[in-house]
This record gives sequence, C-alpha cells and structure tokens, in this order.
Amino acid sequence: MVISTPEVKPLTDLELMAHLFRRAGFGATRDELEASLAKGYEATVEQLLHPETQPDLDDDLIFRYYVDMKEARLLEPAQAYWVYRMINTRRPLEEKLALFWHGLFATGFAKTNHAGAMLAQVAMLRRHALDDFRTILIELSRNPAMIFWLDNQENTTAVHNENYGRELLELFSLGIGNYSEDDVKNCARAFTGWTMKNPIPGAQPFGRFRWEFEFRPDLHDYGEKVFLGERGHFDGADIIDIIVRQPSAARFIARRLYTFFVSDKPDDAAIAQLADVYVNSKYDIRAVMRALFLSDFFRSPRACYARVKSPTEHVVGIMRLVEDFQYPAWGIRDIALECRYMGQDLLNPPSVEGWHTGKEWIDTGILVERINFASAQVGDLGKPGVQKIVTRLRAKGELSPEAFVDASLELIGPLEVSEKTRDSLLTFARQGGNLRFGGDAAAAQRVAELLQLIVATREFQLV
Amino acid sequence: MSTTKPPTLVVLQLTGGNDALNTVIPYADGLYYDNRKTVRIAEADVLKIDDRFGFHPSMAAIKPFWDAGKMAVIAGIGYPNPNYSHFRSMDIWYTAEPDKMTTDGWLGKVVREIDPKAENVLSAVNFGRGLPRALALSGVPVASVAQLDGYGLLTSLASVDQRNSALEVFSSMYDDGFNDDQKVKPLQPVHVDDPMNDVLRYMGQTGLDAQKGADILATALDQYNSTVSYPSSLIAANLKGIAQVKLAGLGTRVFYTSHGSFDTHASELPTHALLWKEVSEAVSAFFADLREHDAADDVILLMWSEFSRRVKDNGAGTDHGAGGVAFVLGDPVKGGMYGEYPSLKESDLTLGNLQSNNDFRSAYSSILERWLQIEAKPIVNGSFEQFAFV
Repeated sequence: MVISTPEVKPLTDLELMAHLFRRAGFGATRDELEASLAKGYEATVEQLLHPETQPDLDDDLIFRYYVDMKEARLLEPAQAYWVYRMINTRRPLEEKLALFWHGLFATGFAKTNHAGAMLAQVAMLRRHALDDFRTILIELSRNPAMIFWLDNQENTTAVHNENYGRELLELFSLGIGNYSEDDVKNCARAFTGWTMKNPIPGAQPFGRFRWEFEFRPDLHDYGEKVFLGERGHFDGADIIDIIVRQPSAARFIARRLYTFFVSDKPDDAAIAQLADVYVNSKYDIRAVMRALFLSDFFRSPRACYARVKSPTEHVVGIMRLVEDFQYPAWGIRDIALECRYMGQDLLNPPSVEGWHTGKEWIDTGILVERINFASAQVGDLGKPGVQKIVTRLRAKGELSPEAFVDASLELIGPLEVSEKTRDSLLTFARQGGNLRFGGDAAAAQRVAELLQLIVATREFQLV
Repeated sequence: MSTTKPPTLVVLQLTGGNDALNTVIPYADGLYYDNRKTVRIAEADVLKIDDRFGFHPSMAAIKPFWDAGKMAVIAGIGYPNPNYSHFRSMDIWYTAEPDKMTTDGWLGKVVREIDPKAENVLSAVNFGRGLPRALALSGVPVASVAQLDGYGLLTSLASVDQRNSALEVFSSMYDDGFNDDQKVKPLQPVHVDDPMNDVLRYMGQTGLDAQKGADILATALDQYNSTVSYPSSLIAANLKGIAQVKLAGLGTRVFYTSHGSFDTHASELPTHALLWKEVSEAVSAFFADLREHDAADDVILLMWSEFSRRVKDNGAGTDHGAGGVAFVLGDPVKGGMYGEYPSLKESDLTLGNLQSNNDFRSAYSSILERWLQIEAKPIVNGSFEQFAFV
C-alpha cells in the first residue's frame, strides 16, 4: 500500500518572508516585509547573514536614557537592555543567534551575581554569533561569566574541577554518549589555569569589579593527555580543535540549530544535511545558517509555525508588531519582566541545561500571561503598529466579516489558522456585520478587538 | 494534626533577605548593640517575648499569636555553605536542594502528591506575577493570580459585553470536545500530519483549564462576605485574595505569595519597620477573617526569607548574611522557639555572619509529614530531623 503524503500548498512569497523574519529575527512589520520582498528572498538571507552591513545600535544613546542599564548592577536592567536591543536591532539574525547561544551555553545570574559580566557574555555571543564553532567555543571558554558559572577558576593542577570540562562536552558540543569519563578528566586538565581576574563575589554595596579572563601558567597542567583517542600535551584550545572535528559535534550543533530555527520536531535527514555543511565549511556557523534558510525543509509549509514561540519571541514579536519602544521610554523594564512572568527569565536560566522548550513553554498560568499581554498590546489603538493595521484595512473599503477576519489574519502574520479557529473568529466578527469605516472610532475599535482575539488563538502561540 | 478537614498550607516569602537580628531581637545580648551601632532597635522598643528575645516593634499585630501559643519561631535556620546571591539562595529554598542546581519546586511536588491526576486546576494558587520556582513542576497546573478582582483571560477588552462575547469565542476556539458531550467540533489541523497537532490539542486543554480556573475564582469573589477590614498594602490584598479563595472551598491546598523587598542595604530602619508593619497587620487580618468564618483550624502559614543579614551594620543598612529566622503561625501550631538562636560572639561568626544550626529542610519535613501528611524524603531529597510545631 502506498501512503501518500497529503498535498500541502507551498508558501507564498509573503508567507515565506514573514516566516524567515520570525525565525531569523523577532518578526517584521508589514512595511519591512514589503521592502524585503522587493529585494528578494536570497538577497534578504544574505543581508541577515552579514549583520556588519547594517548599523549597530548606539549604546551611548541607550545608556544616556537608561542609566541603570549602563551600571547593570541588577538583573532587571540588564534584561531590559537586552530586550530593548531585540526590539530595535537592525541586525536581527545576530540578536536571535545571541539568544540561541545563550540558551545553549546557559549561564545564570543566580550564581554569577554579576549583571555586567552577564551582558559582557551576551555581547561576546553577539559578536561571534555567526563565527566558526571553534572560535565560539574558545571565546566561551575564556568568558569570565562562564568560568565562574562552572567553577573553572577552581580548576588547577592541584585540584581538578571537572565542572566546565564535563559540561563543555555534554551540553555545549558533543552530547552525552560521545566521550568517556577519562575524556572528561583530560578535558578538565587541559583547561586548568583558564581563570579570571577579580573573582570577588558581590562586593556590595560598592558594586562589582570588572571580570577579565586570565591564563595562569602556574596553575596549568602541562602534562600529556589522551583525549578522544588523541595524545598530546593539550591545552584548552587543542581540546577544542579536537572537539569541533568530531562527527558528534557536527550532529550536535546541527540538531540544536534545527530545533531552534526550523521545527520543534527534529528531522534526521535535514539535520544530517546541516551537519555536512558544518564539516565541509570547516565549522562555519554562517555557512550552516545560509544552508538552513535556503533549504527546502525550511521553506516548506511544514516548517511554518512548527515551533512553540518562546516567551522572548512572543514578547519581542508583539512589541515589534505594535512598533512600541522604538526609542528609549519609560516602562521597558516592565516589558522585559513579561518574559520572566511567562517562564523565560533572561540571563537567568533555570540551570546549565537552559530552558525546556516546545510544549513545556505552556501551562495554565503562562498561557493567561501570554494572552493577556499580547491582547493588551494589540488592543491599544494608540500604538503605531496597530494604527498601521487599521489603515491598511480601511484602504480595502467595506469588508464582509469573512474578508475582515481573513485580512486581519493576513496582516498579523500571515497567520494560518484551523477552520475551527476561523469559524470562531467569524462568529465574533459577524456580531458587528460588515466592517465599514465611518466618521467615528467604532470600526477601529472593532479591528482592535478582533486582533485581541487573534493573539489569543492557539495558532498565535506558535512561530 | 487536630482536624479532619484537608490541611492547607499558606507560604509567604519575605523576598530580599529579612534581617533576623532586627526581627527577633536578642535585646539582652550586649553583642547585638555592639555590632549594631545604628541599625538597631532600642531595648525599650522591643516587644519582649521572653527575657532574652523580643519582636520588632512593627510586629505588634502578630505578637498576640505568640502570646496565645500559636506562633513558632524557627531561629538559626539556613543550609550549609550559605550562598549570598538572592536568586541562587531562593532557588535553594524553592527546590530544597542546596548542593546542585535542579528545577523542580518542592511545592510543585507537593501538589503532584495531593492531586496526581491534575484534576483540580486550583490545587495550588499563587498570588503574584509569574510563578515562583517553588511551585514549578512540569505537568502540575498552578493558577497564578496578580489580583483576584479582574483576574482572567482577555482582561484588556474594553467593554464588559465585548469581553463576555470574546470569552465565549475563546472557549469555542479552545474546546476540542474532550471535556463534555456538547456537540463540539474538534480542531481540524491545518495539515493532517502537522507536527504541532498534539501541541495544539494540549494547548486546547490548557486554555480551557485556565478559563475554568478563572471562572471558579470569580465565584470566590462573589461569595465572599466578611466584617474584617484589611489594611491597604500589597500583601494585605494578596492575603485577602487567599482568604477569599480558601473560604470559597475550592479545594486549594497550597497558597503562595510574597512581599518585599527586604534587601535593606540602606535605610533599613524605616524600610524594615514598614515592611513588618504591613506583613503583621495583613497576617493578623487574614487569620481574623478565617476565624470569623470558622475556617482557621486547617490552615498554617509559613514565612521565610532566602537569607538573613550581616551581624555588623554598615551605618545605614545591613549586607547579605546567613542564619535566618522563619515563622509558622496558625491555630493548629504549637508556638514557641524552635532551633537555637545563633551566637553573636565574634568567634562563632563566619565571614561576619550568624551560623545556621538547623537546615530549612527540617522545617519543610515537619510541615510535610506532620501537617500535610506527605512523605518528606522524596520532596526534600533526604531525611531531616523534624520539629514538633504542628
């Protein structure tokens, strides 16, 4: 018996572009999508892959208005700084990858107790977002927040502390089952003496010292090591050289990129394809990302809305949709705190394993938070992004309830919903009859209310 | 346990690190005044509970619990190798695991024991924004309420009519017909083999649970009738909400809320005094409310803080320390001093901090086994001596 795959109609150019920006960034406004459509898909991908061609955000301007973010003594202003960047970046893929790497190399304020060091780590992840994996792992191993988080400042010739050595292999590069306990020991030995200056914890109330990487030859174990079958007087950089050329590293990073950028459900064939690109490009993340965005599996309708939106994607996506906080203004901290309320306390993941994703993003309390936050934002006709949706609907002339619902779903996504969801939205839209813009604000109010229900759908919780 | 009604636990977190030395004050110990040159409570102002210790003057409203033998003071509470980071130390208390990072909350595990099939969406109710990790456990539903009045879905819809009609639409969007025999059209996925189908179904159930929880909570507000007037503070509003839900008899067994910030590095005297006034008056009103409705015999309240503060003051406040104090209050409680008040002698301090002498998991274990009737070991990850405060 032949089991036929159900026919799925391909994505339209607009759907594909919107999908690209939701994944490679935090969503795009309709104006931005139209500008990119004029450039074409491949040119847009290339621009995303080269953030250096776009202007960076001006930190001086941010700090001038948000003094607490410059000080970064506390967690909340540091989170607000990052969320402000995510909303306003002109380099969306760079920022999205910084979030990806943060989830993978999960380091937490809970232990470092040093918001400045956390932001410095994110800046490093942003700077090397699209670099080769070897450089990224070397920078990670030299990063003071990571060193303190996994106790590598206590890893010396006298006392081996295996915490970093183990997690580097298990959680950051190879995955469990691809190395032995002896490999862990030798890996840890190679990183002895990779330590930091000023590891003084919480020097309150005088603030915190700037942490810097320091290599201490007197604490380094120069002895011979055997690691993944190779023998030599390895130090940390040599270990990373060996790690990145393992087939298990290729599969590991390909799988993580796939589940973050393509679908919650891993697809072995697609992952193998990305792993090949990793190997052939000498571990170049930019090359892997290019292959991913240009692949058939990414451009397939099956990849569209095939992930549960993370709280950060939800909050930042909504702020980009309504076009708020495009300039420093009061209240950005409250916006950033929404991520915490929805279960993603940025810079403070629950453990070194990072956040559990997919279905686990959703529970009753969190669903209420997600829906109420989103519906309050899109229900506010004072927000420029909401006004723009109203304007575009008005330009279409009088709309039947069906046309009103379909046009609204198209403008907010395009968001494809089940027939059941569409029927329910229609029931709501029919209560007001045809959408007709008269002299008063009634029609605009109806648009706001329909948008409030659209962001409350199950489908809107996906990305 | 002196009641046949299901025992209820209310947890009040004193967020930020409450200064134990200025809460249960060792007024008879000269070392207290030697170390606290400015951030001190004069002996004349202390509400004495015996010839050595007394409460902060702002605790007048809860001192009657002590006098009536309904308040346990757990002195010297903490855990080995104290951590001075708020977040990490809270996580340790949340997960009952000081030695390694874990994510399962101890109260989440309690709820799973009480309601293994997650049949009551209100088995645990948190009052506040976002879920404290104490209640976090995959598959355990917890309602989190910022404010009972107005709690629910789609609260930002402008008019009542529009909101009601939006809520009906919400139910029809989320209901896949698994719950009842109504003729509900189940979700027909956009694509038959869409990998998100099971997630969408799970979300359907979750959305209905959220709505059901909100609907039931709304009834609590309607039924509530009391002569007790609560003071106007955030903690009073939260405890009032807890009383309302408790009195509605919705089967909630674990309540959670918090108040703060007790992180008094500066201006400690006025801040600490205000916080304890708010907490004490709110707690007092809360129990008065329960007693008025003859509903105080199945409730105990645990108050804890992630750490205490440095023995020496810094001139205006105090820095992060250890060796804290926790309280258990309520009609079923056997009052008194539990644990040992730590010595203030220089030689007994670690990094200028009090030494804890009892692990917080002892207090947890006592509450679990002697009050909630739940085996403590799997929840606190070990066996700990128990106190007889219930």
